[in-house]
Amino acid sequence: MNQLGHLDQLEAEAIYILREVAAECEKPVMLYSIGKDSSVMLHLAMKAFTPEKPPFPFLHIDTSWKFREMIEFRDRKAKELGLELLVYMNQDGMTKGINPFDHGAAYTDIMKTEALKAGLDHFGFTAAFGGGRRDEEKSRAKERIFSFRSSSHAWDPKNQRPEMWKLYNTRIHKGESMRVFPLSNWTEADVWQYIRREAIDIVPLYFAKERPVVFRDGHYIMVDDDRMRLLPGEKVEIKRVRFRTLGCYPLTGGYESEADTLDAIIAETLGAVSSERTSRVIDHEENASMERRKREGYF
Amino acid sequence: MKGLLKLITCGSVDDGKSTLIGHMLYKAKLLFADQEKALLLDSRIGTAAGGIDYSLLLDGLMAEREQRITIDVAYRYFATEHRSFIVADTPGHEQYTRNMAVGASFADLAVILVDVTQGIRIQTRRHVRICSLMGIRHFVLALNKMDLLGYDQQKFEEIQREFLALTSEGVSSIGVIPVSATVGDNIIEKSPNTPWYDGLPLLAYLERIDVQPEEGSYGFMMPVQRVCRPNQSFRGLQGQIESGSLAVGDEIVVLPGHERSKVESLLLMGRAVETASCGQAVTISLEKELDVSRGCVLVRNEHPLVADMFTATILWMDDSEMVEGRNYLVKVGTKILPAMIMKIKYKLDINSGKHVPADRLLKNEIASCDIALSEKMVFDQFQKHKALGGLILIDRVTNMTSACGVIDHELRRSTNVVWQETDITRGMRARQKHQKPLTLWFTGLSGSGKSTLANELEKRLVAMGKHTILLDGDNIRHGLNKNLGFKEADRVENIRRIAEVAKLMNDAGLIVLTAFISPYQRDRQNAREIIGESYVEIYVSTSLEECEKRDVKGLYRKARDGEIPNFTGIGSPYEVPLQAQIEIDTGHYSIEAATDILLKRILEYLE
Repeated sequence: MNQLGHLDQLEAEAIYILREVAAECEKPVMLYSIGKDSSVMLHLAMKAFTPEKPPFPFLHIDTSWKFREMIEFRDRKAKELGLELLVYMNQDGMTKGINPFDHGAAYTDIMKTEALKAGLDHFGFTAAFGGGRRDEEKSRAKERIFSFRSSSHAWDPKNQRPEMWKLYNTRIHKGESMRVFPLSNWTEADVWQYIRREAIDIVPLYFAKERPVVFRDGHYIMVDDDRMRLLPGEKVEIKRVRFRTLGCYPLTGGYESEADTLDAIIAETLGAVSSERTSRVIDHEENASMERRKREGYF
Repeated sequence: MKGLLKLITCGSVDDGKSTLIGHMLYKAKLLFADQEKALLLDSRIGTAAGGIDYSLLLDGLMAEREQRITIDVAYRYFATEHRSFIVADTPGHEQYTRNMAVGASFADLAVILVDVTQGIRIQTRRHVRICSLMGIRHFVLALNKMDLLGYDQQKFEEIQREFLALTSEGVSSIGVIPVSATVGDNIIEKSPNTPWYDGLPLLAYLERIDVQPEEGSYGFMMPVQRVCRPNQSFRGLQGQIESGSLAVGDEIVVLPGHERSKVESLLLMGRAVETASCGQAVTISLEKELDVSRGCVLVRNEHPLVADMFTATILWMDDSEMVEGRNYLVKVGTKILPAMIMKIKYKLDINSGKHVPADRLLKNEIASCDIALSEKMVFDQFQKHKALGGLILIDRVTNMTSACGVIDHELRRSTNVVWQETDITRGMRARQKHQKPLTLWFTGLSGSGKSTLANELEKRLVAMGKHTILLDGDNIRHGLNKNLGFKEADRVENIRRIAEVAKLMNDAGLIVLTAFISPYQRDRQNAREIIGESYVEIYVSTSLEECEKRDVKGLYRKARDGEIPNFTGIGSPYEVPLQAQIEIDTGHYSIEAATDILLKRILEYLE
């Protein structure tokens, strides 16, 4: 019997999930965050439906603080592949000048969590694919692949729908929705190995390169444009850094690395001494902060 | 190529389950350093001793950490150079049976943890039973806390024998390993403490075990997930091959219709290929254009069953109880159909395995049921193939996944024996209408307000979503009973027929309202006996004076003038009911107020 390798099994599972949603859900969308997990999801979506294009649009929740290279990459990909790309920003938050320097945790709530909920409501999507993986964090480890959300986008971890075999229950009432995680069972190493195997295009920020940065709270923060505020005593220096996750540049920690090829990144990931979420500043705030955010509707 | 093993761990907090997995991750140096740091930190809060509490690695949800138990499935990932592993860590308590079933449905192998000082307990039997039900064929018994018994070989062998006896049916492999989760014996490396044990340590065992189903056990089979139509000329059937393999040119059969065609082209995720096999996601185009849609099943040689009834063993997972006769949606493979639970054959005592009679099921209970579908569906016995034998039931109102189950065998409606077993009962019809059938038998003088009240009441009931029928003198006398006059024998027959009709309609699940004078006690008694417990007598006790004053149809005047002999209340008696459940005098209330009072009383009977 020719047994499939583990990447083939993960790939087949993800494609099955993508097709189930396309067949059963009324108005699906794929959340596109431009990161490596999103790039893998996009690649899987292209594969799952060929010779058709993915039968749903792609939604990016922008904050205006994403790395410039991410936005360039996003627009190039959408054009190359002929995708229907939607971009949503919390205009109210923009008008009020909400920014990552002055507003801390509120910034993430308003510009990301709230914007995501408002964006989904605005377009009336009933199901949204997300690139979340169960190996990322403890509360995520317990989330179903098809994760039911109330009309206020809340997740109830104590009362999740049982998920048996591949028999996903996609039924919802008006106003309710599903978050669907096709990469639930992938690990960070799986994602990188798959990117290498499939030669998937990713944002160059993942590769080590000399970049202008400041050292803050144990991370290198990239000075991506002149909106970056320096604290007293901080100075911009040029360091060879790379990023393990991508988000808003003032909140994304890079670190010094020589890994400028996929092989080097994979070697670094397999031997990693810290899990990838440490590079997202929000997680350090409180114990179990991710579970709280997820209950409120964060991806 | 490196494979993937999905496994579930079963056991309770006291057995040291989370500690075992935590230890496996920790010792295999698979922990990321910052998670380790967090663990040490949490340990200081979590344990009095100050040592590392490995279980904190696994119990993720805040509620669980507060209660110190595992309430939902947590998935853990790790890889060695030989294999990638996904561990579904599941709760052991009986009230979380459904969560364990979620984990078991996902896994190919179960690690059953038993505390050697306790031996095989009721919960061990329950865990094995749930895992077997959900289709697990490979078991590992990890006999934990061996250190507490001084690594006693005799005790180990005793429990091993007991466990093997427990898992004889339909099991492909069983491994029994003596371990200590806290000390680390036989988890990563063979322990010097158990020289008498000649098997592999747990991790090595899991790296080597072959869980592939036996070759050639089922031919090519693929449920259609969706039809891809990028343009007029291409029509591709998309799905995942669930068994066997397929090549361009092969003849296939489309079920349930049994149409045949040949494979024209085969796309493996966009790439044209000559063959594809089990587990792969493909797009198939056929030479002949057939009417194929989502839910159809493509096969070659092996033919699954096509029928509209089956017997399944189901695990109830909903907070609201399951009763016979209720409607659900059933999902098998990629097909969803309305279905009805016809009959609970028996309930399975999850601890002892005994069959117990039942007509309802509570959360976490398992039962064998006959299920009827709204139309024919392609399925198979779960034992023959998981992908066509597993099912879920979805509540049509709440959308909850109410149950999961496995199909045991098909039922044929055409055979009488089976049909008798699964007769539709009055209760099923009533439950389908979400109501209790009643006959509201209004009795009272002419002009007392029976018809008016019955009419108003029916409107209210219908507005509440009830299914009703109103029988009154005029519509019955003009149709069913038009051959009857007003002689005594005819009046008796009139009431008898009405009672029989009311009973039939109650059988159909309806709420019947009748408005007839029905003046004689023995006629009403007859009706009560025919209709049975659904009979509710409502005496409209408006006085003769009031009725005569109203005289809507001018009948009292005619009766007083002698034009109508034997008119009830004038030339013929009205026997006042002695057993009426409800009495109301319309002389004292407006129609609305009287209807309000009546409805309130009737709701008691509808509960």
